[in-house]
Amino acid sequence: MGAIFRREVSSYFISPIGYIFLAGFYCCTGVIFSQNSLQYGSTKLDRVFADLILVLIVLIPILTMKTISEEKKQKTDQCLLTSPVSLGGIVAGKFFASFLIYTLGVAITFVYAVVVSAYAKPDWNVIVGNIAGLLLLGAAYIAVGIFCSSLTENQIVAAVISFFAMVLLYLLSTVGNLIPIDAVGKVLDKLCFWNRYYDFTLGLFDMSNVLFFVSAAVAFLFLTVRVLEKRRWS
Amino acid sequence: MIEVKNLSKHYGDKKAVDNISFKADDGEILGFLGPNGAGKSTTMNILTGYISATSGKALINGIDILENPIKAKRELGYLPELPPLYMDMTVKEYLNFVYDLKKCKLPRNSHLKDICGLVKIDHVYKRVIKNLSKGYKQRVGLAQALIGNPKVLILDEPTVGLDPKQIIEIRTLIKKLGKNRTVILSSHILSEVQAVCDKIVVINEGKVVADDTEDNLSRRLVNEHLLTARIDGPSDTVEGIIKGIKGVVKVEVGNEREKGVYEYRIEAKEGTDIRRELFNRLAQRNMPILDLRTSELSLEDIFLKLTMGEAIPALTADASDS
Ligand SMILES: Nc1ncnc2c1ncn2[C@@H]1O[C@H](COP(=O)(O)OP(=O)(O)OP(=O)(O)O)[C@@H](O)[C@H]1O
Ligand SMILES: [Mg+2]
Repeated sequence: MGAIFRREVSSYFISPIGYIFLAGFYCCTGVIFSQNSLQYGSTKLDRVFADLILVLIVLIPILTMKTISEEKKQKTDQCLLTSPVSLGGIVAGKFFASFLIYTLGVAITFVYAVVVSAYAKPDWNVIVGNIAGLLLLGAAYIAVGIFCSSLTENQIVAAVISFFAMVLLYLLSTVGNLIPIDAVGKVLDKLCFWNRYYDFTLGLFDMSNVLFFVSAAVAFLFLTVRVLEKRRWS
Repeated sequence: MIEVKNLSKHYGDKKAVDNISFKADDGEILGFLGPNGAGKSTTMNILTGYISATSGKALINGIDILENPIKAKRELGYLPELPPLYMDMTVKEYLNFVYDLKKCKLPRNSHLKDICGLVKIDHVYKRVIKNLSKGYKQRVGLAQALIGNPKVLILDEPTVGLDPKQIIEIRTLIKKLGKNRTVILSSHILSEVQAVCDKIVVINEGKVVADDTEDNLSRRLVNEHLLTARIDGPSDTVEGIIKGIKGVVKVEVGNEREKGVYEYRIEAKEGTDIRRELFNRLAQRNMPILDLRTSELSLEDIFLKLTMGEAIPALTADASDS
């Protein structure tokens, strides 16, 4: 797992993808930050964090599109799958590498908090909660992206599928409202990424939301392992 | 040691590998011979745990690759059909990555240096793999398989894309490695397998058609009763002389290869060797034999011979694929 993690991290910086992701992330967050906070002179960052989910939906597919699709296409998966590493180890290595790059992106929000604190004293508890929420949401979305990447050999297709999957998870409660069956609507409401994340942006640190994102990430990584396993049998 | 028992792999209706069994012991080099689409790569992919068999068993040093994959893979070095290289890495980064991936315990720098020396990639060590020529990519693939000194080496067409000098070097290297390891290599070139292997398994359309030592198989495959000769002299006279030799069944006159030199395809009764007699008679008439060889079998001939006990003669011996 360690070897795969290190290779993935360095490949983000050999290929332009790491730079594209980080530049895109810093740029979008910067615009959102200046629009929401600086122009209104507000020290509250909740609006900034709420809008960030849209940035993730666009940028995380770019971060994860290559992870598994490209291995299959270039046949380098033959190297990984015939070496003494478990499938779980391979997927986990890739996940943590993407997550590290993502964390480098999220770190910028801390800078914004510091900028804001120059004007007035922000509520640090809320901000730490926001950042934690953003990291958890990102982890779940990265797992979704890696899963989508395992479904195809074409990285562009992987990015497009990931994008739609992420939009769907974001809008689940809206979709639920359209479905007349009450029980289904309630379940979708609970599974909606936006609902879960929104609490974090308000500064509510609910353990069940933390568990939700962690288990969503684990579930999608597990599904990825299953896809790889199934491919051997086909 | 590698043991394969009743292995099958089906892709839908297509039987890529159909109930094959064979065994290779320590210190043995097993050649896996078959035409395109015979199922060589599929078998190797199963042996290395890349894909799973539909039924049957594959044991690496006694460890079942399905039941205990991680442990079995520790014993393996695999060079797939296309070397699994990360194009954006340098040779150095790649080999270090594989070293870590295999959790190799040998001293890193000296081990990698040894391997680079063996496959002669020292001078491209710092270059990006994408920019290497095909032959060098193949060598890096081979280097990757050797990392960790695995006891079992599985090489899928290891000499593809190499220049003739390098082919000989790699064959010598494989022979050396095979002294204290189990090596399986696949090829569709008979002479390559004959040059390197102790044992040959011939497969066609997913089935084993022969499994024998190299000597026995060659003996079964020699065909000194089928000759191709180039003889200087008028073709009808020569044809008459050849027909006069006892045991000759058929003579075909081929093209005029040089001025006054024709090619003849001679078939004698099976088990009779007419070469000496042919020489004597033509020498008496002062008609020199410029070239004489037993017709080489093409792979297709071998399969026909092995499966039907008969070789199909082809007029031009240089159409063989060796
Ligand atoms: N993923 C797959 N899906 C369907 N059929 C496949 C698949 N992989 C291989 N086959 C079929 O299985 C058969 C054996 O293929 P394999 O690659 O093992 O042949 P080979 O002996 O390695 O040939 P070559 O000398 O060309 O490398 C072929 O007919 C091929 O079409
Ligand atoms: Mg093949």
